[in-house]
Amino acid sequence: MIRRLLLTILSFWLLLSCGSSRKELPRLGPMTVNGSDTAFYTLPDFEFLDQDSQTVSRKSLAGKIYVADFFFTSCPTICPKMTKEMDRAYRQYKGNEKVHFLSHTIDTRHDSIPVLRKYAEKIDVTDARQWHFVWGPREEIYDMAKAYFQVAYPDSMSPGGFVHSGQFALVDGDGYIRGFYNGTDPQDIDKMMRDIEFLLSE
Amino acid sequence: MLYLFPFLALLLIVGVLMVIRSGNRSPGKYLYETRCQNCHQEDGSGLKALIPPLADSDWLFENQDTLACIIRHGLSGPITVNGVFYDEVMPANEKLRPGQIMNIINYINRSWGNEHEKLELREVKKMLEKCAH
Repeated sequence: MIRRLLLTILSFWLLLSCGSSRKELPRLGPMTVNGSDTAFYTLPDFEFLDQDSQTVSRKSLAGKIYVADFFFTSCPTICPKMTKEMDRAYRQYKGNEKVHFLSHTIDTRHDSIPVLRKYAEKIDVTDARQWHFVWGPREEIYDMAKAYFQVAYPDSMSPGGFVHSGQFALVDGDGYIRGFYNGTDPQDIDKMMRDIEFLLSE
Repeated sequence: MLYLFPFLALLLIVGVLMVIRSGNRSPGKYLYETRCQNCHQEDGSGLKALIPPLADSDWLFENQDTLACIIRHGLSGPITVNGVFYDEVMPANEKLRPGQIMNIINYINRSWGNEHEKLELREVKKMLEKCAH
């Protein structure tokens, strides 16, 4: 009788432990091979200025989890939706200094630091502690977009004058990209927040 | 004559279902989703101090006769909606036909608890003739 009971418990335990198989998040991007060593793709160094004129760099974000996207303040198409979703995630992690948000403007001519600051204030982001709206020299921003595998370029035929993808990239404390999400899809952003939880516990 | 009754009942049910279906995918809703929703959001709530709400908006109620021109030609300059100050640019939709503009207005006017008058095509056309553009 006891043996049967133990067996039942054991089988349940096995079943449960299989069900809750450990979650893994890949390190995305092409691997580099160096002799017999392979290395995961990491983001290059960067240094941009945020809405408070503070430097935001790979170094300043080292050890932090962050979500990156590319937008512009006068964007008439998908940006407001992306901003809304980013804002939802920001509110979720506001106060948790381990999680940051990085919105790069691709309209470097119009979106000066004061313009970015005004935009941030209009959506109730009153300080740049966690959500950085960053400006950088045009070429550096576009190179950075490429480094995140994002599409972003000026195009006079497009609404607002730019083509850009609405993706969010999730980056871990070591500079590895751990996920891409559709910034206009609330369900995908829910998944992003679950993945942030996972990275926090990693 | 009585044997016709089931058929008539069936016809009625099919008719009602078709009306409900067409209500769900009305042209106004479709146009709103493709032209307006990215900014004004699915529930018409807008986005904080960046994009004004269309749901329960005092400005929308007070400016009914300018809506057609705004949808066609866009809007810029400061406005105050429900006590919040907005100063952004709304893009123009110059390719929309008067009927489409009417459908968008009527969708907005009758959604999310809004209970404004529906507009007729000739009213919308009249408004469009008087746009300051």
